[in-house]
Amino acid sequence: MAKTDTARGLLITPIFQNNPIALQILGICSALAVTNSMSTSLVMGLAVIAVTAFSNMFVSLIRNHMPSSIRIIIQMTIIASLVIVVDQLLRAFAYDLSKQLSVFVGLIITNCIVMGRAEAYAMQNGPVLSFLDGVGNGLGYTFILLAVGFFRELLGSGSVFGMTIMPTINNGGWYVPNGLMLLPPSAFFVIGLLIWAIRSLSPQQVETSEFRITTNTKPHTAQGSV
Amino acid sequence: MASNDSIKKTLTVALSLCVVCSVVVSTAAVALRPTQQQNQELDRKTNILQVANLMVPGKSVEQQFGEITQRVVDLRSGKYVDDIDPDRFDQIASTQDPAMSRTLSGPQDRAGLGGRVENYATVYLVGDPDKPDEIILPVRGQGLWSLMLGYLALEGDGNTVVGLSFYDQGETPGLGGEVDNPRWKSLWPGKEIYPEDSTDPAIRLVKGGVGSNTPDAEHKVDALSGATLTSTGVTNLLQFWMGDEGFANYLARFRDTSQGA
Repeated sequence: MAKTDTARGLLITPIFQNNPIALQILGICSALAVTNSMSTSLVMGLAVIAVTAFSNMFVSLIRNHMPSSIRIIIQMTIIASLVIVVDQLLRAFAYDLSKQLSVFVGLIITNCIVMGRAEAYAMQNGPVLSFLDGVGNGLGYTFILLAVGFFRELLGSGSVFGMTIMPTINNGGWYVPNGLMLLPPSAFFVIGLLIWAIRSLSPQQVETSEFRITTNTKPHTAQGSV
Repeated sequence: MASNDSIKKTLTVALSLCVVCSVVVSTAAVALRPTQQQNQELDRKTNILQVANLMVPGKSVEQQFGEITQRVVDLRSGKYVDDIDPDRFDQIASTQDPAMSRTLSGPQDRAGLGGRVENYATVYLVGDPDKPDEIILPVRGQGLWSLMLGYLALEGDGNTVVGLSFYDQGETPGLGGEVDNPRWKSLWPGKEIYPEDSTDPAIRLVKGGVGSNTPDAEHKVDALSGATLTSTGVTNLLQFWMGDEGFANYLARFRDTSQGA
């Protein structure tokens, strides 16, 4: 990935070119769970931005004093503490949203993006760059979450950010909502389609095949074994 | 780097990290707890005001909640209990206390409460506590996936429904989750819990809609489409909480006075 050492590059590349969800396929679990409405997606995205940014910064600050035998545990401890603090803040200042997000804020601890960035970037780079890298990857995550949330909320509840776009039958309108869109599996379909769209637009993201699929065995060549 | 991997350094780093992190986490938890408790309290009061249709925009929740009197009721006798402070009484937690709760046998446990029900419940009275305009009762029961927690508001006659609303449920979004739908909730006002001269609750959800020529339409509410088990759960929990194990003994006092007047 080009130009990842400038501040601007650090913030922008993870959104399209090196998106943690779409390219690296990390952090899928929470993307399935919280994206049934845009507002929960946004708050979850903000929480992840805060956690990745600060965990990257703290890991980077103490990276020269980290015994390599316990470095994963140290990263985990830092991330877990930050997640608890974010969860407490949400409960205190955004109570309704924290009720909707319920356990998923706590599960940011297990979000592979946070740990992945701490290990892959913050261990080798300075605190400021690491902080920006965390913000950038958080933004990439938020971008996908909002995109998935947009389709799921629009097709599942006929609204965007809680504002009605297509009035549903249950509320006296014309739109028959797609119930599947409100359930977690639909996020698989939406994310899959998004990855397809992103990779069609920038084909360099397509991985080379690990093995080649051979053509089917022709009947006349198989005869000998019968 | 080698010095970083010595046992002394490893222990020092691990220990100091633990101390720093635990101080940060506990500071956040302790400093924010009052705000969080305030939020929970506000959330509970907002739910109660909403079910009673008392939410007036522009007035603070606390101010409006001032018109409501909280009392603790003994569900077995239906009488008020004065030695339990309603502000401190945690009804759900009291089901774990053998002195405050009793066991239910299989058929009695219609609401699916896990075989135990509390002896005491908090009720909320709007207006004059002796002759309330509205009575708000906590109800809960098992739906398809989750325990549904809500409030039922009745008029002062202890029989006519003002509203039913659930503040915590995990039913299927779009199907059973429609218990939160304002249109469905608007079917409830005016329905009656009990038939005349009976303490046996007749209120129930029925399939196929309720029209003006449905027999006993005043006791029936249209079930949620595509959510048979959630609808059954709502019927069961209402029949339980309005029945003898629930608030029937307590509500009898309001029905007697309204008949006597």
